[in-house]
Amino acid sequence: MNADLGLWAVPIAVLGGMLRVSTPFLFVSLGECVTEKSGRINLGLEGTLVFGAMAGYGGSYLTGNPWAGVLLAGIAGTLFGLLHAALCSLPRVNDIAVGIALMILGSGLAFFFGKPLIQPAAPMLPGLSLGAWSNVPQLRSALEVSPLFLIGVAVAVILLFVFKRTRIGLILRMVGDSADAARAMGYPIVPVRIAATAFGGFMAGVAGAYLSLYYPGSWNEHISSGQGLIAVALVIFARWNPLACLGAALIFGGAGALGPALQSVGVTSGYYLFYAAPYVLTLLILFLTSSPRRALEGAPRELSITK
Amino acid sequence: MLPMNRRRFLATTAALSAAPLFGRPAFAASLTAGFVYVGPRDDYGYNQSHAEGAAAIKDMEGLTIVEEENVAESDAAVKTMESMIQLDGAGLIFPTSFGYYNPFVVDTAKSYEDVQFRHCGGLWTDEDPKNAGSYFGYIGTAQYICGIIAGHMTKTKRLGFVAAKPIPQVLLNINAYTLGAKSVDPEITTQVIFTGDWAMPVKEAEAVNALVDQGADVLTCHVDSPKVFVQTAAGRGAYVTGYHTSQAKLSPEKYLTGAEWHWATVYKMFAEKALAGEELPNFVRGGLAEDFVKISDYGPAVTEEAKKQADAVKAEVMKGGFAVIKGPLKDNKGNEVVAAGTKYPETAIELESMDYLVEGVIGSTS
Amino acid sequence: MSEITDRAPLSGFQVRPLLGEAGRRRLEGFLIPLIALLAGLALFGAFIAANGKSPVEFYQLVYRGGFGTWFSLQNTMTRAAPLLLTALCVALPAQLGLVVIGGEGAFVLGGLAAAVVGPLFGFAPGSLAILTMALAGICAGGVWIGLVGAMRHYRGINETISSLLMAYIAIALMNHFVEGPLKDPASLNKPSTVPLPDPMRVGEIPGMDVHWGFAVGILACLAAGFVLSRTTFGFAARIAGGNARAAAVQGLPVGRLILAFTAAAGAAAGLAGMIQVAAVQGSANASLAAGYGYTGILIAFLARQNPVAIIPMALLIGGIDAAGGFIQRRMDLPDATVLVLQGILFVAILVSETLSGRLLPSRNAKAGGAS
Repeated sequence: MNADLGLWAVPIAVLGGMLRVSTPFLFVSLGECVTEKSGRINLGLEGTLVFGAMAGYGGSYLTGNPWAGVLLAGIAGTLFGLLHAALCSLPRVNDIAVGIALMILGSGLAFFFGKPLIQPAAPMLPGLSLGAWSNVPQLRSALEVSPLFLIGVAVAVILLFVFKRTRIGLILRMVGDSADAARAMGYPIVPVRIAATAFGGFMAGVAGAYLSLYYPGSWNEHISSGQGLIAVALVIFARWNPLACLGAALIFGGAGALGPALQSVGVTSGYYLFYAAPYVLTLLILFLTSSPRRALEGAPRELSITK
Repeated sequence: MLPMNRRRFLATTAALSAAPLFGRPAFAASLTAGFVYVGPRDDYGYNQSHAEGAAAIKDMEGLTIVEEENVAESDAAVKTMESMIQLDGAGLIFPTSFGYYNPFVVDTAKSYEDVQFRHCGGLWTDEDPKNAGSYFGYIGTAQYICGIIAGHMTKTKRLGFVAAKPIPQVLLNINAYTLGAKSVDPEITTQVIFTGDWAMPVKEAEAVNALVDQGADVLTCHVDSPKVFVQTAAGRGAYVTGYHTSQAKLSPEKYLTGAEWHWATVYKMFAEKALAGEELPNFVRGGLAEDFVKISDYGPAVTEEAKKQADAVKAEVMKGGFAVIKGPLKDNKGNEVVAAGTKYPETAIELESMDYLVEGVIGSTS
Repeated sequence: MSEITDRAPLSGFQVRPLLGEAGRRRLEGFLIPLIALLAGLALFGAFIAANGKSPVEFYQLVYRGGFGTWFSLQNTMTRAAPLLLTALCVALPAQLGLVVIGGEGAFVLGGLAAAVVGPLFGFAPGSLAILTMALAGICAGGVWIGLVGAMRHYRGINETISSLLMAYIAIALMNHFVEGPLKDPASLNKPSTVPLPDPMRVGEIPGMDVHWGFAVGILACLAAGFVLSRTTFGFAARIAGGNARAAAVQGLPVGRLILAFTAAAGAAAGLAGMIQVAAVQGSANASLAAGYGYTGILIAFLARQNPVAIIPMALLIGGIDAAGGFIQRRMDLPDATVLVLQGILFVAILVSETLSGRLLPSRNAKAGGAS
């Protein structure tokens, strides 16, 4: 029997929503964070995510192993990342524009090859129960998380360490902050950016696999509602700090759960406005934290969008 | 009226020239029927139910089927219909989404008087073109029977309903489902969550979670593609009743029953009449008795008692005249919406403009 | 940021002795996209062939379904009509190096504003009401994207991100109003605003099955092209787009330019929304958010942000869309095939930018693109 929680249901639903809905945002934003640190922006991760969702579902269905699906999605994502990186390495080719193009191409290819995968049921990724200690079933269910979420949290911490304490992080930041300085120090700019973009693609591919293989756990043409695009916005919102990306993803996921949760406790009108809450919130925080005079704190200076 | 004539002239010439170019044999008693879908044909839901209907008549002698999916409810629908007429020589068009009707189907029908249009869900009236028409199924009654099953199976006395938008078709389903459950136990309530659009997988999953958290243990939905809904609800251990088509194989244990369309009946009727050169009816409606809708086979969890009551009501429905919506009936704000003694059988046209939620539904219409 | 706007200066500003250079650039500006389009079509043909279908048949069907008959051509023009204006919503800010991708928001709000304002003018003659509706659409869209420009200028908020967020918010607002306070109770299963009376409907161009929105779109593109190439205003934008800081140092009003261009961009998309309501739907409803704003991005980039070049590109994409359904029906290819083709063409055009200045080598060394 479920306990009747009354209004407590809302915070619990938001908590559950944070843990369930945030993972794709987390993966895409962490990947994009690395890409942007190197001085490139890849708006095409939305397409990569959709393709990853399709590839992950297909991989799981064909091999019977959902983790093989995740890997396949990651590989597909890496290829899209490499494509973006390679095209942007040509002189005069704009990274934002290539991103938009790859968004169309990625979604198009995913829908094209994904038609036969809509009907079959693929094996899903297992979840971990972190709430076994609680006797409130709603809380137990909210704390049912995917291992991918925990991996994402770990990656956030590792990235923070890499950025701050390691040579790789130093090179990455230097390439992103000043190509001239990096060149003078003898660091290979183009290869670093290619690697950083490929990593971003890998993460977005995995994010897609999370959508199709864990939550909501299905492949269809509406599986993404712009998670890949919003995650790119979240990176700016998070000021290129991996831990802040985690925070931003959690806030965005939680805000997304607010609408249904409020309706379930009887706040039933104006749900379109509640559904828009995450976007309003993001815009508001961007507004409050920016300034026309100084460059964005922590922004890679080679990044086209902050120039 | 000049443009209409010119267009019709173009239509004929294009249809004539299309055939030899693409090597399609032109039978004398042949017909090309075009199906326009708003979403993907294999969505485990609304569009699939129509595509299955189309597939059922594909092999009819002299009939050619052309289909187009993901056609927006805008002038894209007009152009798709015109393209089917002009380039494929279609003589009968089935635009299957409600939003196509006005102005798009109506206007196109005016421009192509010798092509027949039969639209799913619209309310054709005498003022609309004679070569247009609408058909629909009384699925509310099927939802009532599913509600009876749900009423027997719920232990918490709370049902959950995930719906896209508070439009009449959806409100009727919610109300019928709730009334079915309340006929088992008047204490039962149905909680509704509107997701705001017809295909929003993440929101649908979140809605299921919120409903289960609130104690709902039998759920149903009215969205275009119930796949995510069924999988998420079953994953949370709740029972589900399906919608549009059977989702039983997604969760054989948790799937109790479902309200399904059976469009093959409608499409066969139209195609046979058209091929025979008979006139097509303009306003077609049918329910369980006419085999326009059906109830999914009961799942293994359904109790004998539940089956018995559901089957009894179904037998009653088959006789005709059965009314789910009958007075005295209050809405969930306490106003009387149907006076005592008034009955609206499923054929009542009033039901197609429903704008209230009955007592026992938690949710609001705006 | 500046690469995308780094196009040849317009001939009007060329000094006499460089005319040969200008001609060379203009020829290159024509040849490069052409080569890119052909390469993209070839690449896509290979994709189709790899999937066991005939590229020849595919392109024949594109021709027949999109361009080959008067019916197909009108189908194409109808589909291109909203895209001309939504592409301007991207191309105008791009002159300043801004990438606005939220035209969809201005489009739906423009449509909503028109649908609200129209019926208020029931007493006025139809043409006046239509004009007022157009103004309402222009204002709603202009304010919406103008806000994006203001946030960019006054708060330094990236316009790509903010316009995207604003698009989601705009669609939510439109849905809220159409299904709540502004719903026509008679609209039943398709919640919509009150339908516009017939005199307020925008009709078809005489002799054609294409509404006036197409002509308005063409005129808007030509006008934008004229302003950009023949006026000091356009020239100032070009300088600012090349290097905003340098422009500010030179005393150009960069802020005002940003506001003017983003507002004009939003106005174009808002007008497109108004036309969609007044010429096509007859009322505002959720169908407004059908993605015209997003397709506009594709077209603007295919046109290399040149307002006049938007016209052929919108026709090309409109034609491919028009043929898309026909291809779906005849070749048993999924509808996403068209999306793949669009993506490949987009990539091809972008990659071809790299040839710019190198296809027909110049005699005198020229400045490369900023990086």
